[in-house]
Amino acid sequence: MSTTTSTNADLPFPEVQSGLAGVPTTDEPANRKDFTSDQEVRWCPGCGDYAVLAAVQGFLPELGLKRENIVFISGIGCSSRFPYYLDTYGMHSIHGRAPAIATGLATAREDLSVWVVTGDGDALSIGGNHLIHAMRRNVNLKILLFNNRIYGLTKGQYSPTSEPGKITKSTPVGSVDHPFNPVSLALGAEASFVARTIDSDRKHLTEVLSAAAAHRGTALVEIYQNCPIFNDGAFDAIKDNDTKAEAIIPLRHGEPIRFGAPDEDGLGGKGVVRDHETGGVKVAEIGTGDGQADPADVLVHDAKSPDPTTAFALSRLTDAGVLHQSPIGIFRNVDRPTYDDQARAQVAAAREGQPDPQEALAGLISGNDTWTVV
Amino acid sequence: MTKQVQQLDRVIIRFAGDSGDGMQLTGDRFTQESAAFGNDLSTLPNFPAEIRAPQGTLPGVSSFQVHFADHDILTPGDAPDVLVAMNPAALKANLGDMAPGTAIIVDSHDFNKRNLAKAGYDADPLEDEGPDSLTQQYNVSVLDLTGMTVEAVKEFGLSRKDAARAKNMFALGLLSWMYGRPTETTIDFLAARFAKAPDIRDANITAFKAGWNFGETTETFAVQYEIKPAPMQAGTYRNISGNLALAYGLVAAGVQSGLPVFLGSYPITPASDILHELSKHKRFGVTTFQAEDEIAGVASALGASFGGALGVTTTSGPGVALKSEAIGLAVMTELPLLVVDVQRGGPSTGLPTKTEQADLLQAMFGRNGEAPVPVVAPSSPGDCFDAAIEAARIAITYRTPVMLLSDGYLANGSEPWRIPETSELPTIDPDFATGPNQTVVKNAGKDDESSTEEFWPYARDEETLARPWAIPGTAGLEHRLGGLEKEGINGGRGNISYDPDNHDFMVRTRQAKVDRIADSLPPLEVDDPSGAAKVLVLGWGSTYGPIGAAVRQVRKAGLDIAQVHLRHLNPFPKDLGEVLKRYDAVMVPEMNLGQLSLLLRAKYLVDVVGYNHVRGLPLKSAELAEAITDLIAATSNLGTTGEVRSPQSDATGEMETVQ
Repeated sequence: MSTTTSTNADLPFPEVQSGLAGVPTTDEPANRKDFTSDQEVRWCPGCGDYAVLAAVQGFLPELGLKRENIVFISGIGCSSRFPYYLDTYGMHSIHGRAPAIATGLATAREDLSVWVVTGDGDALSIGGNHLIHAMRRNVNLKILLFNNRIYGLTKGQYSPTSEPGKITKSTPVGSVDHPFNPVSLALGAEASFVARTIDSDRKHLTEVLSAAAAHRGTALVEIYQNCPIFNDGAFDAIKDNDTKAEAIIPLRHGEPIRFGAPDEDGLGGKGVVRDHETGGVKVAEIGTGDGQADPADVLVHDAKSPDPTTAFALSRLTDAGVLHQSPIGIFRNVDRPTYDDQARAQVAAAREGQPDPQEALAGLISGNDTWTVV
Repeated sequence: MTKQVQQLDRVIIRFAGDSGDGMQLTGDRFTQESAAFGNDLSTLPNFPAEIRAPQGTLPGVSSFQVHFADHDILTPGDAPDVLVAMNPAALKANLGDMAPGTAIIVDSHDFNKRNLAKAGYDADPLEDEGPDSLTQQYNVSVLDLTGMTVEAVKEFGLSRKDAARAKNMFALGLLSWMYGRPTETTIDFLAARFAKAPDIRDANITAFKAGWNFGETTETFAVQYEIKPAPMQAGTYRNISGNLALAYGLVAAGVQSGLPVFLGSYPITPASDILHELSKHKRFGVTTFQAEDEIAGVASALGASFGGALGVTTTSGPGVALKSEAIGLAVMTELPLLVVDVQRGGPSTGLPTKTEQADLLQAMFGRNGEAPVPVVAPSSPGDCFDAAIEAARIAITYRTPVMLLSDGYLANGSEPWRIPETSELPTIDPDFATGPNQTVVKNAGKDDESSTEEFWPYARDEETLARPWAIPGTAGLEHRLGGLEKEGINGGRGNISYDPDNHDFMVRTRQAKVDRIADSLPPLEVDDPSGAAKVLVLGWGSTYGPIGAAVRQVRKAGLDIAQVHLRHLNPFPKDLGEVLKRYDAVMVPEMNLGQLSLLLRAKYLVDVVGYNHVRGLPLKSAELAEAITDLIAATSNLGTTGEVRSPQSDATGEMETVQ
């Protein structure tokens, strides 16, 4: 017996709401201390993780959610110790599986704000499959991907985001692996919210996290995070006050993408324009000279575009090798029905008007073909 | 014409054809007719792993065996009394199981040069009339079933191919006549199944009736058989397969515990039907999540359990291998989780559609570290329902992953099942933590003495050793779980601990908690009617039927034999050691190379005798009865002091002790 292909065009598509809709709120004021556990933080001195932890502990109270309805799930790696330091519910799970565990939790519980903390090895190497599938399904998860471009907890092997040629303990003459660009990967998986920020820029980090929390669906936030022990200085170009203006390509929805030393108009002397040869985008000097770009031709960033093509093109402006230039900000922020909302809607629709569960169970197990022996 | 009616007490029929011939459906309908008639029955579907193996070839043969009787039976039978072969390959593939003199009904339509060659026949076996020929050795009826079907349905104007597809219903009609089966259930079924295609519906019903009428009018068959209904315990019955019963058991576990069921699963043979079935029962609050892989299946279920659902994952042996690390996390976090392993032939991809019991040691030990997991095994298709509820009881009560070991034979086989009243089902109390469980006093005895109420996630219940299940959303009980060792000594504060004594304590406590489950188990049911048996046969899981049938045969021959069947493999029931030592010899039949034998020898130092087959098929009760008889003889020869070894060992390894 063959089955003909068929599709239900009338799936319930619940209205897309805030990322926090359904999570109970509280009027009681809370502060950073309320979200800080009694556990001693044990990252290396100078680790970028401290800054992210401080930003998160500072930002969570602003959400106004009941603390007991916030859950942090992590995998394995330095950053995955994160949940132990927050006084919320949490699970420090196994390598790479946090998105899968969080998917089950978020689907089972509409009333929780579920966060995933992961690293470049955890999310992109051993857990790559779970990450792309969570994003494709658009489960209502906020994924913080701490990218230090190295394996820290195992003491210094190259990671799936390390640059080619990287010399590490496991690649003494240089890595021949080609790295992932996490933002490109996320956009390829059609993630509905994709952003990149920096551990040391508390203001930008908080801004991005707030936008991620408000987004309904999977929000992938790549955080450039310095590992002072095994990969120190990996992000110096975008952190150093002397170079960062030329290195950071800021993405702000509705604004022209300009950076570098300011021009007469007060905006950056460089801009991102369409590259008509490749179909992608490129960086150009602003001006009227040969090869320079008219300010009017500079791309106005549209994070809300349903088509991820331009966002993907922007993601390609990141260096694959040693980092000298990188777009920072929210690449994409679009509404699309979430897996968990739809799965719950199907269950809710099926439950409507159901009799007493025991009565229904008796009916189910009896079926239609019975006989009675007296 | 008037036909003779002959009484039989039981019959085994095997329907065999190409995998596109609808043999599973035919067997299933015959089974439903027999169930409606009131026979006891047991079935064995057997089909290739390929969806459409090359037509007409031996690997493409699919079969369905049904054993029905006027008395209580336990197995689908060792060898058929009747074979229905729809093409040359089906005849060739199944002939080896037929005893001389048994009946074979052959559709001669495809016995042409091309199909004979595909089946590997040099010449048409139906035309051979020599002394060793098919027609001399067996009671063969050669009929052009396809031709008669096409003729019978010509009025519907179907293509020849579509018309011929109804031949399975013609065969079903003929066999239904032969064994006096009621026809209404099949006609109703066909009407419903093909409601949207009236031509196909009418053709199938017509073919079915034509087959019946052919039996009644032809002179080929002079005898009709009657198998009276079997006496059964009073109640309402249905026919049920193991996978269906297991799915219903999971729904029932949700209802009886008041927990929403969350199934995270990845498709795998022979477990997928449980996913399919549960996806239909959203009205019970069941959520099914088809994960990206086996690991995500179990991980999502564990995540749901953390959130207060009954997390379940369903798979087969290769999937359990992938889930091992996450099961270890469930051991460490002490959260309820059901892992259903519908075992199949292994290792690796092995025999996906065949049965085996070779995952017992994987279930017991297939994780890093000391990671004890309770193991429960159903003994028959209908028993999968109760076993699922029992597994859920253990998982929820003791906050632990539980392995439920079904297998391919239970999954697809079926039997009459007395439908339980829901009031008979156990209730399961999730007993969620609702508030702090510790009073912490500071500066005791001093002027500034103060106390705070705290929640310690590893403070245990004294009786069960279970830790509290505090789910997110419960104010004041915020805590962090994880795979790293947690502080369990000094009351169980649950923070990360690398302390050597704490780890030793926690390893022992996790083991002790699983061992404590034995306190909640009933004593073993020892079936030793005369009380004079010297030999015990001990089995687990789906071998219950064949072992039970073998034991009956041995007793019928006047010998004493005791039988015990294990549902709980970890922990073992408390009285198992004492029961084992009561007997001079213990035989352990298994569809593996002696995995339970190994466990019993290790734990109880009893030199059990293995009886081991790994052919991808259920054990044959007649062969097992012989082995038991031999062991009884060997035991009585040695008296009560001698050491018992298996009395014979042949090249097929049918009997061997574990070395």
